[in-house]
Amino acid sequence: MIEEPNQEVKILQGNEAVVEGALAAGCRFFAGYPITPATEIAEMMAERLPPLNGVFLQMEDEIASICAAIGASFGGMLACTASSGPGISLMQEGVGYAAETEAPIVVVNVMRGGPSTGMPTAPSQQDIMQAKWGSHGDYEIIALMPSSCQEAFRLTYRAFVLAQRYRVPVYVLSDEIIGHTREKVRIPQGLAPVERQKPRAEKKNYWPFKAGPDGLLDGMPAFNEGYKLLIDGQLHDEQGRRAAHIPEVCARLTERLCRKITIHREEIYELETAFIDDAEMVVVCFGSPARPALRAVKEARRKGIRAGYLKILTVWPFPVERIRDLPEQVHTLIVPELNVGRVVHEVEHATAGRKEVLSLPKLGGLLHTPGEILEAIERRNR
Amino acid sequence: MIHIAIDEEWCKGCYLCIHYCPKKIFAKSKRRNLRGYTLPQLTGPEDCTSCKSCEFICPELAITVEKEREE
Amino acid sequence: MNPMGEKYLRKDSLPFLWCPGCGNGTILAATIRAIDQLGVIDDVALIGGIGCSGWIPVYIKADVFHVLHGRTMAFGTGLKMSDPKRKVVIFTGDGDCLGIGGNHFIHTARRNLGMTVLMVNNQIYGMTGGQVAPTTPLAAKTKTSFFGNPEDPFDACELAKAAGATYVARWTAAHPIPLSKTIAEAISHEGFAFVEIIAQCPTQAGRLMYGISDPAAMLEFLKGKTIPAQAAQNLSEEERKGKLIIGKLFHDSEKTEFSKRYYQMAASSGKGD
Repeated sequence: MIEEPNQEVKILQGNEAVVEGALAAGCRFFAGYPITPATEIAEMMAERLPPLNGVFLQMEDEIASICAAIGASFGGMLACTASSGPGISLMQEGVGYAAETEAPIVVVNVMRGGPSTGMPTAPSQQDIMQAKWGSHGDYEIIALMPSSCQEAFRLTYRAFVLAQRYRVPVYVLSDEIIGHTREKVRIPQGLAPVERQKPRAEKKNYWPFKAGPDGLLDGMPAFNEGYKLLIDGQLHDEQGRRAAHIPEVCARLTERLCRKITIHREEIYELETAFIDDAEMVVVCFGSPARPALRAVKEARRKGIRAGYLKILTVWPFPVERIRDLPEQVHTLIVPELNVGRVVHEVEHATAGRKEVLSLPKLGGLLHTPGEILEAIERRNR
Repeated sequence: MIHIAIDEEWCKGCYLCIHYCPKKIFAKSKRRNLRGYTLPQLTGPEDCTSCKSCEFICPELAITVEKEREE
Repeated sequence: MNPMGEKYLRKDSLPFLWCPGCGNGTILAATIRAIDQLGVIDDVALIGGIGCSGWIPVYIKADVFHVLHGRTMAFGTGLKMSDPKRKVVIFTGDGDCLGIGGNHFIHTARRNLGMTVLMVNNQIYGMTGGQVAPTTPLAAKTKTSFFGNPEDPFDACELAKAAGATYVARWTAAHPIPLSKTIAEAISHEGFAFVEIIAQCPTQAGRLMYGISDPAAMLEFLKGKTIPAQAAQNLSEEERKGKLIIGKLFHDSEKTEFSKRYYQMAASSGKGD
């Protein structure tokens, strides 16, 4: 990271860094419910929002939380919510509503051991698939995965940028390790808050769901600004009117909700690489396992093994092309993840059989040690 | 002169107007509109007191009761 | 179409999807007369839940939010808190409000959040074809109470008052004039206003529960089960049994509305108080 002259340096938990990122982005509405290990986000929002004349609400449950956030989004504010496994499951209907009505919201999932009540105080990455497929119906979302407290700050800020630009729910998939670990976080001063785009069309001619050729809508209007918006969870036409009885209109909307993300995927992707150019084996990682992964790759290099490191920060849309286009000499990809092995199948799919893909799952709420990942690299190297 | 207009396009032939008129000036007719609903008709418009019970009860907002001003 | 309809309806969405003689249209008409009288069409945010009554606001030329089943008050909380000047008016049904929405209903009332909740009670889940609801009378036959409803119904107004609502009223669709006045009063009320409107569903409730399929007959039957609040005061417990009390039932104009209380707290929060 480039050292900026105007920055504040703090020692923060990942959960606190998420709040700093949200506030820097201009988020002034948070609705949530206590749940381990995300509760600190709500607590810090409760302390920081009122003095900024923002809204902090502890709602009666997670369903109310996401609905209130969507209401606030159409009400004119940048809004978010935060939870963990059981609460995120409850929010799925709301996520689908936000996707269908194209409401910008940020949903932070501080992932914990699952399934069900699971392991409330231990980390996992078992909810990555849920972020993509969690609600019913066809739609697309964006999901960002920090692997440090600094990234928790930066990616939360970025989540608001992406949510507004694409008018889509954006997940920040953190985990209990990042949430509760304290690290140095550099907060740039004078970061511009994310702006809500005012529609370009005149109010009387404004069709809220008329998209441009890029699949994106004209700005993000709010209620009581004179647009007389019709926002409906039922599939609708470009004016918002019910269209569940008109096949072509419904097909067009569903297809556009997906296409508006997939055609912009190259702009959305964010990856970091190290030691890639001459690598023969690459560790493809995301979230907390990226930390031991980098250490393992450096150790492997010290031992003369041509190992490389590829960290995915945008897990959805999945960066298929970046995996597919890895150099010819890369023959093996190793995928450490805190689940039974899920993203590994996306990696397999991306390589289309041209590279060997090794899954390195870890359950039980534990994180891979650098030694475990190094051992996998060495074993394959023989 | 009180003018009672029934918008035949929107009427669904529910006959709430017939029941709720205190002067009983509506009745069923034998005519249907284009949607197939059998319309009400006015049998005693001269007895209308402009209470607007019909206008307010009509679920389709299909009835207008207007008191035309005597110029 | 009468002048109110011309002025306030999205004509390109007509005809209304409701059955002939449904109470929802009458309630829509009463609502727009109230909004017209107050002159607040630009200040209202209308929210509809899922069910027949949830469609009422969709036909109105205003800012309209057709949301998830049971969650009108949660979405409404976000809308109200993001700009307390707006007037949130919610259209919900007995199932949407008291079934799946029960939790949000009691908490939003508890907060006394400024909004007007118009709950159309047809004693059944009408849109899905006539299943038992939290307000279906005991022993009534519906598609999911085949042998008669074994459950007692809620008294929604009692529930609202107990939860903290500061304006509570009940009318039927046979009372469009006092209903419109009440809706105007409820919208003008700062805190949480709850208005239950008993309405005829001739197609489901009428046919399945009461054996009445004529809209007027059904509405008269429902009206016959009500007593005005004044008259109810003079009756005994026995005489009041099985009757629903109509009129303005409760009004507390003193209690601080939630968004006001919240923003007052926020204003003094940064100053070390």
